[in-house]
Amino acid sequence: MAIEVRIPTILRAYTDGAKQVEGTGSTLGELIADLDSKHGGLGERLLDDGGLRRFVNVYLNDEDVRFLGGLDTPVRDGDTVTVLPAVAGGAG
Amino acid sequence: MRYENLLDSLGGTPLVGLPRLSPSATVRLWAKLEDRNPTGSVKDRAAFYMVTQAEKDGLLSPGSTIIEPTSGNTGISLAMVAKLREYRLIVVMPENTSEERRQLLRMYGAEVIESPAAGGSNEAVRLAKQIAGEHPDWVMLYQYGNEANARAHYETTGPELLADLPEITHFVAGLGTTGTLMGVGRYLRERKPAAKIVAAEPRYGELVYGLRNVDEGFVPELYDESVLTTRFSVSSADALRRTRELVASEGIFAGISAGAALHAGLAMAAKAVAEGERADIVVLIADAGWKYLSTGAYDGTLEEAEGRLEGQLWA
Repeated sequence: MAIEVRIPTILRAYTDGAKQVEGTGSTLGELIADLDSKHGGLGERLLDDGGLRRFVNVYLNDEDVRFLGGLDTPVRDGDTVTVLPAVAGGAG
Repeated sequence: MRYENLLDSLGGTPLVGLPRLSPSATVRLWAKLEDRNPTGSVKDRAAFYMVTQAEKDGLLSPGSTIIEPTSGNTGISLAMVAKLREYRLIVVMPENTSEERRQLLRMYGAEVIESPAAGGSNEAVRLAKQIAGEHPDWVMLYQYGNEANARAHYETTGPELLADLPEITHFVAGLGTTGTLMGVGRYLRERKPAAKIVAAEPRYGELVYGLRNVDEGFVPELYDESVLTTRFSVSSADALRRTRELVASEGIFAGISAGAALHAGLAMAAKAVAEGERADIVVLIADAGWKYLSTGAYDGTLEEAEGRLEGQLWA
């Protein structure tokens, strides 16, 4: 088992076009470090000065990690992590 | 209820219990029916406040032109207000929005400029800013950054909720411009510091996230993360499923963003049950289902409906 990570279209250049990749770690930060070791450059697209980039949203099982503990958010095997660029929402 | 004119009837919408969707007698869900506004959506509040503020600021007078990026509801609300106040309205709207919205806008006399589907509302915002830049005499109210948008909810929606449900513990709404959540959230937190403010963000098909790089992303200027307790990304499939549950369980024919809000509300309800806490959770129903009939959201199996919704902006 591992943690499933969904990659948005604009970042698939770093994953050889894969929509979904797998990684390991006990926190989101460790997971991103693991992903970066397998998909060089991906970490830099997600992080900025040690935090998530302003226009990058990361969801753990559909909940925004910024409200869960940021990069320190615990992750477990079987979790799903979704990465999406911040866009103007609907409902407007 | 009697009013002098349509605009006077704004707000004061019903708050109805959802007894069949509520998990227990101590963890209850409520629906704020914002479809009961003059043009049928929560956006009437923001549109009225933004236009009124622009009039106070001396930016608008009869004959003025308003331009606004919108995925539909704000445009329809503005079109009604503009019609009554004699303004010309141009809306910039993504082409992947429902046909009903286009027809309603034209009916009210608005002009519609379509922005490309790829990029969703980001493109509508970009294009509207560009056009506004070329026409300095036009007024862009700019709902994503206009404080009057959030203030409408601080001054009306929030007080209505607290008056109807003093025991409110959670407020859940869709996240678009963020105006509803910011306004209601600030109002409730000042009076009930423990209130949980929960955002349900629509998660669309890939087309909508078709940016060239992440630095082109967009966060509305109104957004203040500190007002929220948490934020859920809700898939089209989950939003559709909950929209149908609203009809099946409670008889409420709502738009798809209401399904997304209900999905987040039920997640908070399950959490309250697990933790043994009392909860009174308000879910905001932004509009009714009429404008989405042509998307096929209510017809056939969920899988069919989900397929038809792919690439559409449903909130």
